[in-house]
Amino acid sequence: MKGTGRRVAKTANEAFAEAMRQIDPDVVAAYPITPATEIVQIFSQFVADGLVKTEFVAVESEHSAMSACIGASISGARAMTGTSSQGLALMWEMLYIAAALRLPIIMAVVNRALSAPINIHCDHSDTLGARDSGWIQIYSENVQETYDNVIQAVRIAEHPDVRLPVMVTTDGFILSHCLETIEMLTDEEVKEFIGEPPVRENLLKSLEENKPITIGALDLQDYYFEHKRQEAEAMKNALKVIPEIGKEFGEKFGRSYGFFEEYKLEDATVGIVVMGSTAGTGKDVVDELRKEGKKVGLLKIRVFRPFPFEEISKALSHLQVVGVMDRADGVNSYSGPVFPEICACLYDLEKRPKIVDFIYGLGGRDIRKEDIAGIFDGLLKIAETGKKEFNLKYIGVRE
Amino acid sequence: MPSLKQLAKREEKFVSGHRLCPGCGAGIVARLVMLAIDKPVVVGCATGCLEVASTIFPYSSWKIPWIHSAFENVAATISGVETAYRALKKQGKISKDAVFVAFGGDGGTYDIGLQSLSGAAERGHRMLYICYDNQAYMNTGIQRSSATPKCAHTTTSPVGKVIPGKKQWSKNLPEIMVAHGIPYVATSIPGRWMDLINKVEKAIKFDGFTFIDVLSPCRLGWGYEPSLTLEISRLAVETCIWPLYEVIEGKYKLNYRPKEKKPVVEWFKLQRRFRHLLKPENEPLLEEIQKEVDRRWEELLSKCE
Repeated sequence: MKGTGRRVAKTANEAFAEAMRQIDPDVVAAYPITPATEIVQIFSQFVADGLVKTEFVAVESEHSAMSACIGASISGARAMTGTSSQGLALMWEMLYIAAALRLPIIMAVVNRALSAPINIHCDHSDTLGARDSGWIQIYSENVQETYDNVIQAVRIAEHPDVRLPVMVTTDGFILSHCLETIEMLTDEEVKEFIGEPPVRENLLKSLEENKPITIGALDLQDYYFEHKRQEAEAMKNALKVIPEIGKEFGEKFGRSYGFFEEYKLEDATVGIVVMGSTAGTGKDVVDELRKEGKKVGLLKIRVFRPFPFEEISKALSHLQVVGVMDRADGVNSYSGPVFPEICACLYDLEKRPKIVDFIYGLGGRDIRKEDIAGIFDGLLKIAETGKKEFNLKYIGVRE
Repeated sequence: MPSLKQLAKREEKFVSGHRLCPGCGAGIVARLVMLAIDKPVVVGCATGCLEVASTIFPYSSWKIPWIHSAFENVAATISGVETAYRALKKQGKISKDAVFVAFGGDGGTYDIGLQSLSGAAERGHRMLYICYDNQAYMNTGIQRSSATPKCAHTTTSPVGKVIPGKKQWSKNLPEIMVAHGIPYVATSIPGRWMDLINKVEKAIKFDGFTFIDVLSPCRLGWGYEPSLTLEISRLAVETCIWPLYEVIEGKYKLNYRPKEKKPVVEWFKLQRRFRHLLKPENEPLLEEIQKEVDRRWEELLSKCE
C-alpha cells in the first residue's frame, strides 16, 4: 500500500461525506433524501464544527440544489451535492443545463429505485435514466471505490479538456449503509491530488475584472448545434482523461482505475457484464465455477458515461456468449438500459458473441450467488448448443 | 436619490439592441432597475420575454455579468451565485462589494418559480428579486397565470359564450412575500420612475432578501397602443388596482394616495383583454371587481401607518 492514510470502517455515505470534507468545496447545496440523507447530514456537522471552509446551502428541493450548484459553479466556486432516486429525477432539467454550461459539479448519487411504486432500496433506474444528460457517470463496487471515485471525479470534471459534471454512484443501502474497512487518504494527500480548481471564465471573475459575460443566452438554429457538438467532444475527451487520472491515482495511492475491471475474463468462453455491488457477488461466483472447471468471467463497468465503446468491444470480443445484468428495466419490451449499449459495441465484430439480457434486483430485491450461477449456466448452455432460446430473462421475480 | 440629470449621466447597464416589443414594460423596468444600482452588480433572469429578447447569442444587452439557467429557478440560481460570492470573498478571492438581482416574469415568480423564490427568501440570501409582472405568460403567447386579473382574456382563459375570461382573482404575491418576514417588499410601476429608482436603492441596502413587484404592461397581451405603456401603469395606481406601497421590516407604508380614486372601468377601457366587461350584460362582473378592488384597497390602508 503506497498511501499513508489510515484504515477505517466506513459506510459509503460516510465515505462520501469524508471525501467531501477532504475536497473542502466552496459551496455545497443539498436536500435530504433516503438513502443519501446521511451524506449531507454528516457534512453539515463538518460545517457546523468548522472543519471545512464550505458555505452550505440547505435548499428547499433538489431542483434548487442543482440550480444553486450551477450558480455557484458558474461563479468560479467548487460545488458539490448529493442525492438519490426521486431527487435526481427532480433535478433532471438542471442536469442537462449543468453539463451544457460545462460546469465541473460533483454529485454523489446513492442509487435507489424510482417510484412508482415508492421504494427506497437499490436499483440503477435513477442514474441510468440520466445517461444522456451529459454527466460523466462512475459506478462503484464497494465503499473503497466509492471513496476513491469521488476524489478522482474532481480532477476529471475540472480537467480543461473535459469541464463536465461527474456523478459518482454507490448502491443504496447495500453500500450506503454497510460498513466496510477502507483506506482513506490523508487530508494533505487529497488536497495535493485535486489541487486548486483551474481558473476559467466565470461570472464573478468577470465582475472583478470588469469584463462582463452573459451565460445561458438563447441559442437558436445558427449556434445551438455547434455548442452541443463541443459538449459531445468534451465527453469524448473524458475517454482519454479518466484512465490517465485513474493511473495517476494508482501510482500515488496503490489503487489504479480504468473504465472497467475484467475478472477472469481473458480465457473465458462466457462472461457477464455488471455494474455496482453485484460485481462483488459475481466475482465470488466466478471463483466457485472456475473451481468446477467452467470457463466463466466478468466485466464490471466502472465508467458508463463516457461509454468506452471500443474498449468494451475488445474486452468481450473473444467470448462466445455475453450476459448483461441490468439493474433497471427499460420498459421497452426488450431490455434494460445497459443491454443495447453492449449490443451496439459488439455489432461490428467479425465474429460476435451471442448476447442476452438479465434484469434483476429492482427495488432492492436480493441477487443471490445461486441466481448468478444460474445465469452462468444459462450462458454456458447457449455456448454449448449455439442456440439462444431467449433474449431477456427476469431474475428473482415471482411471475 | 439621484436627480434625473445624474441618472442620465450614469452608464447604461441594460442597453438597446434587444428584441423586446415596442412599448414593452419589461424593458423599461430592466433599464430603470439597472440605472438605480450604482454598484458592481450580477443579474440573473428566469426564462421569459426579458431573457429571450435580450440575449440572443452571440449578442447581449447586458453590460454586467448575467446568467440564465431555467424558468422556475432564478432565485435558486442566484442563491448559488451569491453563496459562491460569500465563499470566495471570505477566502480573499473577490474584492468588490457586489449586488445580486434576479428578474422573473409573473409566470416565473407567482407560479412555477414560487418554490425557489420562497426558499431563497427564507434562507435570506442577499438579493433583490424583481418581478416584472405583466399578468400572464406573455413569452409563450398570453396564457393565464395566477397573477392574471379576474375576467381578463388570455389564450387559456378565453372569453367565450359561457365563460367571461379568467374565473379567479389574482394571487396577492407581495403579501406572501411579506409573510416571509424579509426586510423589504414593495410594489412599483414603470410609469413612476422616481418611485421605482427609489425603491431599488432602498432594497439593495438591506443585507437580506428583498422583493419588488413591478406592474409591467404588455401591449400585446393587454391589447393597447404601445405609446400608452406608462400611462396605463399609472392608471392602475389611480384606480387602486395596483397600489404603490412598501413594507419595510414589517411596517407598511403607502407611497401614493390618489386624490380622487378612479373607477376600475377607466383602466379596463384601454385594454382589449377587458373589452367584454364593457358590455351591458357584464355590468354585474364590473361591480364585483370594483368591490374586490375597494376591499383590497381598504385592507391595505388599514395596514399602513
